[in-house]
Amino acid sequence: MSVFVDIHDVTHVYARAEDGLPAVQNLNLKVNEGEFAAIVGPSGCGKSTLMKLATGLQFPVEGTVIVDGKQVGAPVKLAGMAFQNPTMLPWRTTLDNILLPLEIVEPHRSRLRRHKAEYVAKAESLLAQVGLKGQGHKFPWQLSGGMQQRASLCRALIHEPKLLMLDEPFGALDSFTREELWCVMRDLHAAQKVTIILVTHDLREAAFLADRIFCMSARPGRIVAEREVEFPRPRDLEITYTPEFSALVHELRGHIAQARQAA
Amino acid sequence: MKTKNKLALAPWVFTVGFFALWEILCHVLKISSFILPAPSTIMWAVWEYRNQLAYHAMHTLWMTLAGFGLAVGFGLLLGMVLGSSRLINAGTYPLLVGFNSIPKVAVVPILVFWFGVGWVPPVMTAFLISFFPIVVNVATGIATVEPEMEDVLRALGASKRDIVFKVGVPRAMPYFFGSLKVAITLAYVGSVIGEQNASNVGIGNLLTRASAAFEVPLVWAALVVLAVLGVIMYAITAYAERSMTGWAQRSQMAA
Repeated sequence: MSVFVDIHDVTHVYARAEDGLPAVQNLNLKVNEGEFAAIVGPSGCGKSTLMKLATGLQFPVEGTVIVDGKQVGAPVKLAGMAFQNPTMLPWRTTLDNILLPLEIVEPHRSRLRRHKAEYVAKAESLLAQVGLKGQGHKFPWQLSGGMQQRASLCRALIHEPKLLMLDEPFGALDSFTREELWCVMRDLHAAQKVTIILVTHDLREAAFLADRIFCMSARPGRIVAEREVEFPRPRDLEITYTPEFSALVHELRGHIAQARQAA
Repeated sequence: MKTKNKLALAPWVFTVGFFALWEILCHVLKISSFILPAPSTIMWAVWEYRNQLAYHAMHTLWMTLAGFGLAVGFGLLLGMVLGSSRLINAGTYPLLVGFNSIPKVAVVPILVFWFGVGWVPPVMTAFLISFFPIVVNVATGIATVEPEMEDVLRALGASKRDIVFKVGVPRAMPYFFGSLKVAITLAYVGSVIGEQNASNVGIGNLLTRASAAFEVPLVWAALVVLAVLGVIMYAITAYAERSMTGWAQRSQMAA
């Protein structure tokens, strides 16, 4: 398997940082193509900075970021993103919200008008995959928080991105909805063969979903531990109640506790 | 009676009650019609001068709508520029605020120097007085796009222009329509001020002439016509707001 995202010895300081302290320092991280990577860490450890670096929304002060074999010097255009806040546009129906990336990204941008039906069918099949079959005509504010988050995942995937960046996408949901969405995410990953980087505070979430987990230290953030997760796929929610799973979560918790103390 | 019906009736009851009270007080206290004419006297005057009032009211309406139209076009454009560029916003804000602080009645003499007496000063006054709230509201709507939404689109390679037109402008529409209600009222004030000082027609001019000749009932009749016209224009803008941005008025408070 080839390396898809390679963050090499990156240090980044925001221009507006008042103390001049770097958000991340000597950050090294490699994610293989098609892999599901999770990044966990104490709050304020620069996880969101890492998202911005990997998608080309920020450029490192030092070090290099290579995505899909090319050094990142502009927004990467092959990424889909979803955040804790679903950020659906309230004046568009759910379906039109999902189609939004296609109005931006080429070649879809110039094809959209003439091949509308084809794209709508694709959006509807994505909606069905996340359990929102036939809900596309509703406005986002007519959907619950969990449903909006499902729709936001569809929007992140509609243009078939090679890289999916998830910034605590399930953070604001109740635990039952969250576990349901874990399964949705697991199935989407299995079906789409997309490389996923998931930033999360939830260690169980990371352990259940990821192939590889990175633990970050407190600011300035860097990787303090890297751990492969060997549970066979497809995984069932039942595995979260096995002793092996608990041991893994416990181990991760140890890394985070250390990272917090070091701060 | 249900609360809903009561609420629907309340504006009518209060309006009729207000005029009835006015009428009664005028008769009971024997107030001279030179000081405060009774509503019935004013309504007679409206009827008596109906042709003159209608002619001048139409002129005022045109002046207001022309100035308002200019303000909408210019306000939208400038608002979009200010909302999408923090540099231009920061640079021009003091100028804009300073300009807006000038009472527009003080600008009318300059307009007369430039354009002479006629239809231009009322239109320009209406425009100058009413574009500011539109600019500020449109700019605010565009400048407050959620950073996450911006990230989602920028990561797809969206240009600044894409973000402004796909997200910023639609997002600013509720602010824009909200500001129209303020702007139409201001434009109306502006056109009447302009007519009072620099025009030979219009309700504003009629008011100036009637008050100079101490034709008190005509002054009051003109005021009533102004009020009615103002309410109608406000209602039309409010209706446009409701029908264009229904998605923004889903809160229980707006219902």
